Amino acid sequence: MSLNIIVLAKQVPDTRNVGKDAMKADGTINRAALPAIFNPEDLNALEQALRLKDANPGSTITVLTMGLPKAAEVIREAIYRGADTGIVLTDRALGGADTLATSYSLAQAVKKIGKYDIILGGRQAIDGDTAQVGPQIAEKLGIPQVTYAEEIVSLKDGKVTVKRRLEHGIETVVSPLPCVVTVNGSAPDCRPRNAKRLMKYKYAVSPSEKAALPEDKQAFVDARPYLQLNEWGAAFVDADPEQIGFPGSPTKVKTVENVVFTAKEALQLWGADDAGIEHLIQDLIANHTIG
Amino acid sequence: MANFYTDNPDLRHHLNHPMMRKIVELKERDYTDAEKFDYAPLNFEDAMDNYDRVLEVVGELCGDIIAPNAESVDHEGASCSGGRAHYASATVDNLEACRQAGLMGMAMPRRFGGLNFPITPYIMAADIVSRADTGFENLWGLQDCAETLYEFGDEDQKARFIPRVCEGETMSMDLTEPDAGSDLQSVMLKATQNEDGTWVLNGVKRFITNGDADLHLVLARSEEGTKDGRGLSMFIYDKRNGGVTVRRIENKMGIKGSPTCELVYKNAPAELCGSRRMGLIKYVMALMNGARLGIAAQSVGVSELAYREALAYARDRRQFGKAIIEFPAVAEMIAVMKAKLDASRSLLYECARYVDLYKVLEDIAKERRLTPEERAECKHYNRIADALTPMAKGMGSEYCNQNAYDCIQVHGGSGFMKDYACERLYRDARITSIYEGTTQLQVVAAIRHVTTGTYNNLIEEYAKNEVRPELQGLKDRLAVLTEMYTKAVAAVAEVNDPVYTDFMARRMVEMAGNIVMGYLLLLDANRTESFTKSAQVYVNLAAAEVTRHAEFINTFDRAQLAAYLEH
Repeated sequence: MSLNIIVLAKQVPDTRNVGKDAMKADGTINRAALPAIFNPEDLNALEQALRLKDANPGSTITVLTMGLPKAAEVIREAIYRGADTGIVLTDRALGGADTLATSYSLAQAVKKIGKYDIILGGRQAIDGDTAQVGPQIAEKLGIPQVTYAEEIVSLKDGKVTVKRRLEHGIETVVSPLPCVVTVNGSAPDCRPRNAKRLMKYKYAVSPSEKAALPEDKQAFVDARPYLQLNEWGAAFVDADPEQIGFPGSPTKVKTVENVVFTAKEALQLWGADDAGIEHLIQDLIANHTIG
Repeated sequence: MANFYTDNPDLRHHLNHPMMRKIVELKERDYTDAEKFDYAPLNFEDAMDNYDRVLEVVGELCGDIIAPNAESVDHEGASCSGGRAHYASATVDNLEACRQAGLMGMAMPRRFGGLNFPITPYIMAADIVSRADTGFENLWGLQDCAETLYEFGDEDQKARFIPRVCEGETMSMDLTEPDAGSDLQSVMLKATQNEDGTWVLNGVKRFITNGDADLHLVLARSEEGTKDGRGLSMFIYDKRNGGVTVRRIENKMGIKGSPTCELVYKNAPAELCGSRRMGLIKYVMALMNGARLGIAAQSVGVSELAYREALAYARDRRQFGKAIIEFPAVAEMIAVMKAKLDASRSLLYECARYVDLYKVLEDIAKERRLTPEERAECKHYNRIADALTPMAKGMGSEYCNQNAYDCIQVHGGSGFMKDYACERLYRDARITSIYEGTTQLQVVAAIRHVTTGTYNNLIEEYAKNEVRPELQGLKDRLAVLTEMYTKAVAAVAEVNDPVYTDFMARRMVEMAGNIVMGYLLLLDANRTESFTKSAQVYVNLAAAEVTRHAEFINTFDRAQLAAYLEH
């Protein structure tokens, strides 16, 4: 059975190595100070998609990303790892979107793609940490959602079985297709880039990237359809201008504070006997340090 | 999040050597593959960009997957049960990652599913992999065997086997036996031809790296009643056909992730590769030359890690109120480690480039007649490659052992504990100067290039390069050393006694090596300034070594030879 798989990916600033200049005075992220990377949990989602493709030859993986035109970089990264094609949803009108406007815009793009069996995405992006976009897309499309996925156990007969990683254990659920699955960072890492795909697709460009190339390079891309990435605007996906970008975003950031933890919480326990150790273990279980 | 390629600018310096243009143009036959393969390069710049990008994938895979797995692979090791060898679990993950990245069969032609990379970037990948996990480099490096299949197999064999290697099936070279180690002429494994022309193998092989591989190249005695190398042929054994079991694997000091197997052949079906009787004298010699270059790369990878571990520890460890690197005794050790690392790496890539040049011309000769000039060129490059290979393997492996030793020394008592990588590295390093021919055997292979002047000719070529004024002093010193070397060699030749030449051989080969590496670092420094320190340190080291050997040779009293040779 061949599947139509959509993977939602986001290009994010690498917040794992944050320096002093990571935030601007107005509380927004200083993107210039941080390298742009493939959102880590979206890579976990891509790996699940690639495993589905491995198990179902003939399947197609389409990567959908919303962002600046340079977000085409994550499409190429995904293609090097085995995705088939990608779409950059980019438009000035989409800028400043909160999760509501983002999920509306992406849901419109998914509708434009039309045919899909499953939509995979990372649990959350490291720049916002909301984990809202995946579930909201499912709501807007009116399809089921499975969050915190760690493994797609099976996919057959119009149903997908998913292992979820929850705080206190593992839950296995079955959902009808199509559905949205958001994948946890505890899922297997994404496979490496493939050498041949890297060499084949390194010149793949979106239309706006192509426009910046010299003429001979443009002709080279024109002659090779597989090097042409899609770039869609808000109008193309029939987005309502009131529901996208700033107008469509009810979230307003009031202030952002730099919180520095100063006090060290310390607890001193006495007694090296069994009762003392028992007490310690119970305390650690109660505050979820262990167990 | 580490990348072992991009974090080491020295690698790009070597990749971007001026000789690469010629290598790539020959290898890509004027870029004609681009019409047939969508991943073939369009021109020189495109090809170089491909190597750079793919090496970046190698570096990422090594930094993120293979290196973090190295400790658990060393602990778990390979195992043997039910007649099969089993990799440590993380080794399986490493191999799978390499397959997914499409890094097997890097140097194979595209028509067989390979990447058609020259040897130089392929060897660079081996250098990087070895830094991540020395033992894993063996499994990775055995894709070299495909090169031998490509050179000597028939079209049908190439078409059946090489694509499998490119898809990630592993290989082994089954040469040594209990009574045939360095002396491969004594191989006994019996090849018997059936009436229908097919062959079966019977006997035992020992110390076979990755001996439970999918595809084996096997050296066996096909000519009954023969005793020497001329009765040996090379065979291909495919594990899918069965007939070979793993009796045991060795319990080794290091490279524990790489299973070293004792194999039992019981009527194992095999096919002849190439012509009968040419197994040892032609094919295995070619195979060994490739493998030696691989071990030279493995050694450089070990040196790289030893240097990095020592440097990091010396900067971090504080005694007497300061980082220990502030003490000249420690700082000097680290400078010398870096100089040996840089010298052996320069020699490695110099050697790889000459191997590339002669092999690509040999390959072109299969498609068309070479011009007389090309034939002469091919012979010339082949000779240089033959001279540099044992030098790179012999001296590079000795240097990596010295660096692993010094790395522990810098760590002090902590280095003796199992807590730091240097302990594993020290054990892993030890085999590099033993397998694929001991250092002593590398000297045997190299000495004829001392006596016939191959090294002298090469040194003369290097000396023709103009260098920046601040490097002239080093260059002058190397000229003085060359003179000392030439005189010492002449003095030994004058005695005209093969035993005496053997006795002095290692000294002379090392002198040549010191001078060759000195010049190479000088030229590196001339091209990229950051090599200047290493060039200075290494030329000082070379001067001390060459002088020491010259002194020994010039003052040696032959009447004392018995004190060394009679026991």
